[in-house]
Amino acid sequence: MESTGVAVAFWLLSALTVGGALLVLLSRNLLHALVFLVVAFLGTAGLFLTLSADFIAVAQILIYAGAIAVLIVFAIMLTPLASRDNANSLYAVPGILLGLAVAALVAFAALDGGWPELAGEALAERGFSSTVAAIGELLLGRYVLAFEVASVLLLFALVGAIVLVREEPPAGDGEGREP
Amino acid sequence: MSARSALGRLLALGPLRLAALAAALALAAAANAVVGYVVIDGRLDGEWYDLRDLGFAVARLRAELDAVAPPALSYWVTALVGVGGILGFLGLVLLLGSWVERRLLARFQIRRGPNRVGPFGLLQPLADALKLMQKEVLVPRGADRLLYAVPPIAVFIPAVLAWGPVPWAPNMTYLDINVGVLYVIAVSSLAVLALFMAGWASNNHYALLGAMRTVAMMVSYEIPVSLALLSVVLVTGTLQLSEIVLWQEQHRLWLGLLLPVAFLTFFFSSTAEINRTPNDIAEAESEIVAGYHTEYSGMKAGLFIAIELGNAVVLGALVATMFLGGWSLFGLETWIPPYLVLAAKTGAVYFVLVWLRGTLPRFRLDQLMGFAWKYLIPISIANVGVVAVEAAILVRLDAPGIVPLSAFTLLNIALAVACARFAMPEPSGGPSAGRGASHAPVLTTVLGGLRASERLRSAP
Amino acid sequence: MSFDLAPTLGHYLVVSGLVFGLGSAVALSKRNAIAVLMGVELMLNGVNLALIAFSRFGAAFADDAAALSGHAFVVFVLTVAAAEAAVALALAVLVYRRRETVDLDRISSMRW
Repeated sequence: MESTGVAVAFWLLSALTVGGALLVLLSRNLLHALVFLVVAFLGTAGLFLTLSADFIAVAQILIYAGAIAVLIVFAIMLTPLASRDNANSLYAVPGILLGLAVAALVAFAALDGGWPELAGEALAERGFSSTVAAIGELLLGRYVLAFEVASVLLLFALVGAIVLVREEPPAGDGEGREP
Repeated sequence: MSARSALGRLLALGPLRLAALAAALALAAAANAVVGYVVIDGRLDGEWYDLRDLGFAVARLRAELDAVAPPALSYWVTALVGVGGILGFLGLVLLLGSWVERRLLARFQIRRGPNRVGPFGLLQPLADALKLMQKEVLVPRGADRLLYAVPPIAVFIPAVLAWGPVPWAPNMTYLDINVGVLYVIAVSSLAVLALFMAGWASNNHYALLGAMRTVAMMVSYEIPVSLALLSVVLVTGTLQLSEIVLWQEQHRLWLGLLLPVAFLTFFFSSTAEINRTPNDIAEAESEIVAGYHTEYSGMKAGLFIAIELGNAVVLGALVATMFLGGWSLFGLETWIPPYLVLAAKTGAVYFVLVWLRGTLPRFRLDQLMGFAWKYLIPISIANVGVVAVEAAILVRLDAPGIVPLSAFTLLNIALAVACARFAMPEPSGGPSAGRGASHAPVLTTVLGGLRASERLRSAP
Repeated sequence: MSFDLAPTLGHYLVVSGLVFGLGSAVALSKRNAIAVLMGVELMLNGVNLALIAFSRFGAAFADDAAALSGHAFVVFVLTVAAAEAAVALALAVLVYRRRETVDLDRISSMRW
């Protein structure tokens, strides 16, 4: 990982990611917060690319920036204008302090952990050239049970979300919606 | 002769000028043949002057650079060459495309189209752009300044990025990543947010309605698009666009023939994704002025209009790559430069898009959404099942010969015809039809929070 | 570019910790249910980044397949995040319909 391109990309993308996350916390408007959230998601996808995780990077864009952000748009539009601010709750100060403490703790653990880490030659050797096939084999081989459970979970979530937000057609009203 | 005059009528060019155009094209082809077959004796020897594949020239450039400069430089230079090529092509398309579209539409509607500015009116797009740049850019009162300024630029990003993995020739792919299909889907899903932001930030009811229509429509039609591409991936066994083209070239079979359901689903759903007629309800001018870009003026509106053209051409390139054989043309691609083959196929798909625009009326919102959820998605899921079985059989054969492939092709075409002929839903009723239930504006009412406010108002 | 600017495992973990911490700060300090959901998504992003960084840099893996387990975990996290977002947003919409608010400070009764 000596190449300067990767280093430049890492610093730019982490600035983008952390800045986006910070602005989610600071912005006053819920839709602005959503935009900065998408910026943070895209920055994370770029960081995945610098870690040569191409499949995960694309999946990140597809699921987070594509699907979840659009879901959030729908939720924002379904709730009224009055609650579209991004105001802090009564417990804002302890919450923020706790969050910063968590960040500091993780940073301390990261820098002081002495993780067994690849460097130099060995690092360059593990340059996953094609992750898609290997991930597919892992998902349908070693982790097939978890894979199936995840698919069942998705189905339950789908059905659950529909059941939760389904509106009962007004009873006795002649012009009901389609059955 | 008749083909020439038909083309001439279509573009409203005189026979003399058409002859000049044809002569120029023939001259270019002849020069290319001279380079390919006289100078280097017909061999694809991969030298830089083999202009049938510009990848050779770039590779030579990189080799020269590596000899004299640090290795990082060749990456930067390659990136610049690729981006420059893509952006240059896109600029050319945006300049020429709107002229072509207006000219063709005029022919479909029996009028002449732009023919005043420059030869044949070719400079009309340039004049339009100049006019738009001179106009004042108004920001509506109460608009969200930040979110109002970003979308006209942000909508361009997906249209440019989607060109990356498109293979122009065997060695001429800018971003030959092995998750190309996923990348295309992911990138195209980014446009939704930009369009929504444009509509929301305008502080205008029509714009917001257009934005919500866009979001609902694009989210619905992403599913059939993904399922159609999934069946392509199942058959070819790769996510890499260049490999998909190679598969079609090796088997001498276009995937559009082998997978007609996926092809038609992808084509129709993509017209919804990029807001082309007949699916342009997001900016239906007879209903909601101009949809999400109602409040944009000057060159900002021009950018929104231009990107529709850019999206249509990207769609043409993707359809050509994944379903119409990409740069391959049954062996002819050694004679004609492959990138010209791809450009011609892209242009053909674009022509069909303009044709649809000139022919079909616009669907209603509920018709469009109902078509996606009640027809396209079930059909696509069933199609993925059928294709999975066929792909499993193909994988178990050593070398899938002409018999299984043609059998599957015929079967799939029969299935597609059956789907279109017997399972197609009746277009749900017009204003005078039936129970009157199906065209209550359910979606917009719910989305606008109108129902909740009604309940609040009627609460005792 | 001096050498100590080249990213290592520690760099990525610090970034992931920052994203996680900021996400938890958002989740804990906002009163809008949808903003809280955004915070949770940010936290999941931080976790994903750490998983991928370990899979790229970690030296304790037997082979590449074992190292790619991190990627497989991220796929599961993405799945669960999508499911969670759908259900949570459905809940937010439902709460809004019943109570006409998504302000978490005002949704304080245990049953209604």
